[in-house]
Amino acid sequence: MDMINQQIDKNESSGSIASSAKFKALLKNNGALVALIVLLIINAIFTPHFFAMQTFYINMTQVAPIAIVAIGMCLVIASGNGGIDISVGSVLALAGALAPMVFMSEFGLNNPGIAIALAIVLPLLVATSCGLFNGFLVGHYRIQPMIATLILFISGRGIAQLLTNGDIQTFNNDFFQYLGTGRLFGIPIQAVILIIIALFVSWIIKTSKFGRYLLAVGGNDKAAFLCGLPTFKVKLIAYGFCGFCAGMAGLFTTAMNSASDANTAGLLMELDGISAAVVGGTVMMGGKAPVIGAVIGALVIQMMTYTLLANGISDSAAMIAKAAIIIGAIYLQLKNKQKH
Amino acid sequence: MKLNKWMKKSQHPLLRTEAVWVALTLIIVFASLRYDDFLSPYNIESFFSYNSMFILISIGMCFVIMTGGIDLSVGGVVALSSVMVAYVSPYGIVTALIVGALTGLICGLINAVVIIRLRIAPFIATLAMMLASRGVALLVSGKQSVPISWEGSFPEYGMGLMFDLIPWPVVVCLVIAIMAWVLLEKMPFGRAVLAVGEDEEAAKLMGLKVNKTITLVYVISGVLAGLAGVTLAASFGAGQPAEGVGWELIAISAVVVGGTLLTGGLGSITASIAGVVLMGLIFNILNFENGYGSFTISTYWQSVIRGLFLLLVLIIQAEVLKRLRNKKTAQ
Repeated sequence: MDMINQQIDKNESSGSIASSAKFKALLKNNGALVALIVLLIINAIFTPHFFAMQTFYINMTQVAPIAIVAIGMCLVIASGNGGIDISVGSVLALAGALAPMVFMSEFGLNNPGIAIALAIVLPLLVATSCGLFNGFLVGHYRIQPMIATLILFISGRGIAQLLTNGDIQTFNNDFFQYLGTGRLFGIPIQAVILIIIALFVSWIIKTSKFGRYLLAVGGNDKAAFLCGLPTFKVKLIAYGFCGFCAGMAGLFTTAMNSASDANTAGLLMELDGISAAVVGGTVMMGGKAPVIGAVIGALVIQMMTYTLLANGISDSAAMIAKAAIIIGAIYLQLKNKQKH
Repeated sequence: MKLNKWMKKSQHPLLRTEAVWVALTLIIVFASLRYDDFLSPYNIESFFSYNSMFILISIGMCFVIMTGGIDLSVGGVVALSSVMVAYVSPYGIVTALIVGALTGLICGLINAVVIIRLRIAPFIATLAMMLASRGVALLVSGKQSVPISWEGSFPEYGMGLMFDLIPWPVVVCLVIAIMAWVLLEKMPFGRAVLAVGEDEEAAKLMGLKVNKTITLVYVISGVLAGLAGVTLAASFGAGQPAEGVGWELIAISAVVVGGTLLTGGLGSITASIAGVVLMGLIFNILNFENGYGSFTISTYWQSVIRGLFLLLVLIIQAEVLKRLRNKKTAQ
């Protein structure tokens, strides 16, 4: 429905007053974007040094893991039937713990070049297979996603702690740390990768067969199955990709801290990811995958927290504000939907 | 009466509680044969006084899940309640219990209002409450644990035994478990809960007060989390604003292991409690095994084993469901 509405909006606004009408429609459909703009304006007025490059770097590096997880979460939620992946935090910790183990192993020290490549590929592979495992439980056994992913939520972190013996691994490896502190054309590398992933996934959803299948399966699982769509495969890909995203976020987190801590890495990441996706317009019922919206949602939550902290409000109070903004954003979305 | 019969009929084929009882019996037999002190009063007392908190929140969670909802806020509510209770601990245990229950009641009411009036999905509504309650707990306590008063009746609640036998939190927990069982199995409210979980629309058409039922369910969950907070503060000697992270998931997994389906419409209080005990025993047995000394198992195995266990139960459940579904289509 919404896609059709957007299409109509587009057609209507192709006249001479196109640009302003288009902009209005865009704002109307995008509560998160409005919130982001409002936050930026507030910051521009109240927060000192807001336009310093440092602020930009800090926010971009902090938001990247959340935003990437939010993209994966967005696809999983879109796949319907209560789609959710609460294991992302644990998978993040697992991937983050694996990377230094690879390049700090004896083999890694002897072959630094191969080790770095392996330290990136192996954790991503493991994370993706965690996601595929979730997808298998959800798709094949039809276990409710919340419960199916609860298994890895509990065990994933346990495995990471077993591997590292619960110790914090610190390291000094310029190549790997580039993933955390490096910059490309003056933009933090995480942000660059985030933008590439976001645009690519968004393009896939809009243009590919998989995208249409995903939304169809999310809209009505049974109908899609009866139409001959490969519902199992679609779910497998959605959950697998979410695992991949969590793995990517794990690499970023470890690289940025130049240490991996299996006990605390990615704690409550699932909540941030879900909140970002939902604030960005993902509907919990499934069938809608606003990937760019999820990234904007992550930015809103990040800016919100940053605004409060930069203006001397305690992070405990920021948690309460975060709760309020989640409820507020979703309430506005529901209200807008009812009007249509 | 007809409704009652229909409920009984519809509950039986899908609610699989046998697995949890069989597993529980096996584990208890195994452990009591292997470890001498496993059935010692000390072990049983400390096991149940710690797990009474999880039993409380799991009972609440069971009610919520039976309506097809979910309550992610219990961990935060436990922390908030423990902080509040620590502040009023000089006034004795009765005041503390009332304050703890009231804290939970308010949180539960807010959850219900957000879910019913704003029509926000329970998952999101209670997720926000989880953040908010923890935020308030940290804010009020200044991120420090709040020491309780060691005078008066409050510490007695955490340390003392009723008839020199049963820890007080276990007594409270037992009373509540019995009340919950009666409420679910013998009262109209229990049937309303199941009806709402089975099909909200149909329940509305039958004239059941759906909104009232949903509100009560979240209030029950909140109040029980609040009471768990009293136990937390009393047995650890402080209000703990950072404690309770992930407890909601422990409760959910216990309820699921007990055979309750997340889709709502069926469930069992006793099986949920058995689920808590089962998941708790895994930790207890690991401790004994390490104390045994022949070889040591890292405590990190605990979460891995818990996860594997959950996986096993879920796959068995899924297979049973599939067989039932096939049978239905064959007929």
